[in-house]
Amino acid sequence: MNRRHFLAAAGALFVEFPAFGQVPGAPSMKALDSWVAIGADGTVTAYSGKEELGQGIFTAQAQLVAEELCVPFNRVKLITCDTALTPDQAHTSGSQSHPANFNHGNLALACATAREALIRLASTKLGVPVSELSAVNGEVRSASKAIGYGELVGGQKFNLTLDPAAKRRDPKTWTVLGKPVPRTDIPEIVTGRFEYVQNVRVPGMLHGGVVRPPSPGAKLASVDEASIAGMPGLVKVIVKKDFVGVVAEKQWQAIQAAQKLKVSWTPGPALPPFAGFAEHLKKQQPTRDTRLLDSGDVDQKLASAATVMKASYYHPYQMHGSVGGSCAVADVQGGKATIWSATQGVWYQKSACATLLGLRPADVHVIFQRGSGCYGLNGADTVTYDAAVMSQAVGKPVRVQLSRADEMAWENFGNAFALEQRVGLDARGYIVAWDHEAWSPTLGNRPGPSTPGNVITGTLLGYQPEPFVARSPAPPAGAFGSSGFNNSSNGIPSYAGAGHGNVKSVRVLVHNVRSAFFTGPLRSPARLQNTFAHECFMDEIAAKLQVDPLEYRLRHLSFFRLRDALTEVAKAANWQKRPSPNPKRPKTGMAPGRGIAVVAYEGDNGYAALVAEVEVDLATGLIHTKRIVVSNDSGPVSNPDGIKNQIEGGALQGLSRALGEEVTWDQTKVTSVHWGNYRSLTLGMETPVIESVLINRPEEEACGSGETSITLIQAAIGNAVFDATGARLREAPFTPARVLAAIKASS
Amino acid sequence: MSAITLKVNGQTHQVDIDPATPLLYALSDDLGLRGPKFGCGLGQCGACTVIVRGEAIRSCVTPVASVAGVEITTLEGIGTPEKPHPLQQAFIDLQAAQCGYCMSGVILSAKALLDKNPKAQKPEIERVLQGIICRCFTNARIVQAIDKVAR
Ligand code: FES
Ligand code: FES
Repeated sequence: MNRRHFLAAAGALFVEFPAFGQVPGAPSMKALDSWVAIGADGTVTAYSGKEELGQGIFTAQAQLVAEELCVPFNRVKLITCDTALTPDQAHTSGSQSHPANFNHGNLALACATAREALIRLASTKLGVPVSELSAVNGEVRSASKAIGYGELVGGQKFNLTLDPAAKRRDPKTWTVLGKPVPRTDIPEIVTGRFEYVQNVRVPGMLHGGVVRPPSPGAKLASVDEASIAGMPGLVKVIVKKDFVGVVAEKQWQAIQAAQKLKVSWTPGPALPPFAGFAEHLKKQQPTRDTRLLDSGDVDQKLASAATVMKASYYHPYQMHGSVGGSCAVADVQGGKATIWSATQGVWYQKSACATLLGLRPADVHVIFQRGSGCYGLNGADTVTYDAAVMSQAVGKPVRVQLSRADEMAWENFGNAFALEQRVGLDARGYIVAWDHEAWSPTLGNRPGPSTPGNVITGTLLGYQPEPFVARSPAPPAGAFGSSGFNNSSNGIPSYAGAGHGNVKSVRVLVHNVRSAFFTGPLRSPARLQNTFAHECFMDEIAAKLQVDPLEYRLRHLSFFRLRDALTEVAKAANWQKRPSPNPKRPKTGMAPGRGIAVVAYEGDNGYAALVAEVEVDLATGLIHTKRIVVSNDSGPVSNPDGIKNQIEGGALQGLSRALGEEVTWDQTKVTSVHWGNYRSLTLGMETPVIESVLINRPEEEACGSGETSITLIQAAIGNAVFDATGARLREAPFTPARVLAAIKASS
Repeated sequence: MSAITLKVNGQTHQVDIDPATPLLYALSDDLGLRGPKFGCGLGQCGACTVIVRGEAIRSCVTPVASVAGVEITTLEGIGTPEKPHPLQQAFIDLQAAQCGYCMSGVILSAKALLDKNPKAQKPEIERVLQGIICRCFTNARIVQAIDKVAR
């Protein structure tokens, strides 16, 4: 089960995406020719709907193609995410690329089908039975003869459908897949040759600048075009409903014109209070309630438990904060559009842009062009709409680059979460009931054909964000422990008996409330926030019982992949069994501590555990992270170095989120709009040692590894700080002031 | 608008431009260079870094007129995919990039440091990386790659 499945099943935090192949004209997912073409010279061109975002999946997919098709790696040409060429594999998101294309379906199955077809063709041509033939190095060979792929099908179509019976190559024989093949894009990147979407230049291209409202919900009152009349290079002022943009010949001219244009706005409603936002969330009405899991007996089990423990946690809104301002180039002329976009979903852009431009989807061509790392729904989609609308208005190609403030004030933030938990313990200290209740604000999401309003530009153009449908009480959850159960909702503790653990009585209830700000998936959506609460609470319970935190987790976990992740990380980190907090912790100076956390990402899409070692400066409250050890099981390892790069980056990005990142606002507007007031760790940070242990399971399904370490680090740091100081951090980010306050409260 | 002479990566160009235009836009729009990139426009992130007079500077906050006639080096000026600079080679060897958008700031700041002090120690390396943001957090490999060249 994957995130898409969950969306259909629970509909809690994200709306369901339209099905694959939503737009007529997408290459058929079943046709082999949609995935693989063999040229007369024997080159293999593969087509994939999963794109490179910096996570290394481009190279990994080329490895897969080389391996399954038995061709040299450098003979593989891979084309990704172009609506004129590639299959519609929905979004590149949610750690879904590895499972989607490396299991028995899609790209992997296409390559296996093609290899078998080539062998059959060779059998006919050479008059040798299939059983005596094998595919090697771009040829089909028998003991005495060989024929190249180019000669077999060169330039022709296969005209076959994917064959579910096609045999994948045995991982034991892999020579390319599973190896640390270097990424093919890095030489161009580090020498400044790589063409990002920010670098796309088309003949006759103009530059657009946007004028966003001063605050959420503000409406356009008037635009004084005369205020910039005669500015050099100015081409046009574009006003459409609440959308305001300017187009100029040069980028600097567009920036200045957008800044100088006099625009009046009618203010939007007051924003919710920043201070005490967690409490505000819990009181907000109406709510949309979802029961992710309910064994039906939680209240009763809590009432009869020997001990009941409670805990509250809060996680703020956070940003994707891409380092590059989002950018797109659109050329809309003569009823047709060509769009270069760093979107995670070219097919959704095709249909949504068609809606916005009043064109037929068939007349909109979207080409994925990489931007700076997005980590989810950053400004890539919204800026695509900006470019498309402005290009249509001037009938020329337009490039739009968002400013830092426009990016940061208006992106779809990662959801804030307020979380309340209770557990009931039996006389021996085992958890017999776990009650989890969360409040999370939501507005907008990934945009689709009927919901361009899910991002700011669409809203300004008059489209509504997907409606907030109140629902309370929550409908019943699926049967507890039934075979249909899944934990991919990212809200259920791993220890639930219906999931991977032994806790028989569990209730997980989520209240979504209206958000004043746009929200959308940010790397490890909901799972990071929930894991922070689950894994820190687990630590609190272990501490209260004076049991080692690793040992206490293992007591409540039944699933071998989670147990292995824990024992492997403990081994690598040389975990010493003892309860937390550290009995020998100092009262002054630097206090060392260690913390652990474990997760089943989306329930079944990657299993990982993490140990963090910190030193807390008791005088300043600064947390110094010294060492991070991660174990990661994403099934068969497709590229070990690529996975390590993801683990390392995820751990530190998560550390930055845990230690300093928080969207801030005043009564009317978002105030964290540049790197001076949205606190990201920089490259000059004291970088901890990061070690990763890859658990390779060739016999299991391929699953994700891009969101595992980031999910765990905040909980592990919180637990390490507790170990070091005895102070429990309940609110992220863990700023020095919060650490000092927690230390003070605990002593 | 005025005619300004730009010397970039050993080549001389004449551009007709508003002299207050930040150098970044002259490089990326008038000269079509891909190395320096827009990140913040505020001198906070390093994505737009170029080397001028031996210093790694932020081209997004440098008016083009202030560097007229002065040699400017961008990321593409120090090496090619076929013949990368030793720093670029170290980044390839250690696979020290994810999205790679931050590379101008990272590699050119390191180059400016190592040109002055070829044996720079880790703390100095970390100091020049202080003002550079890599949101993919490729930190560990980046520091290692620079350190490898400094050893
Ligand atoms: S773009 Fe120049 S420092 Fe950020
Ligand atoms: S590699 Fe993506 S920002 Fe540095």
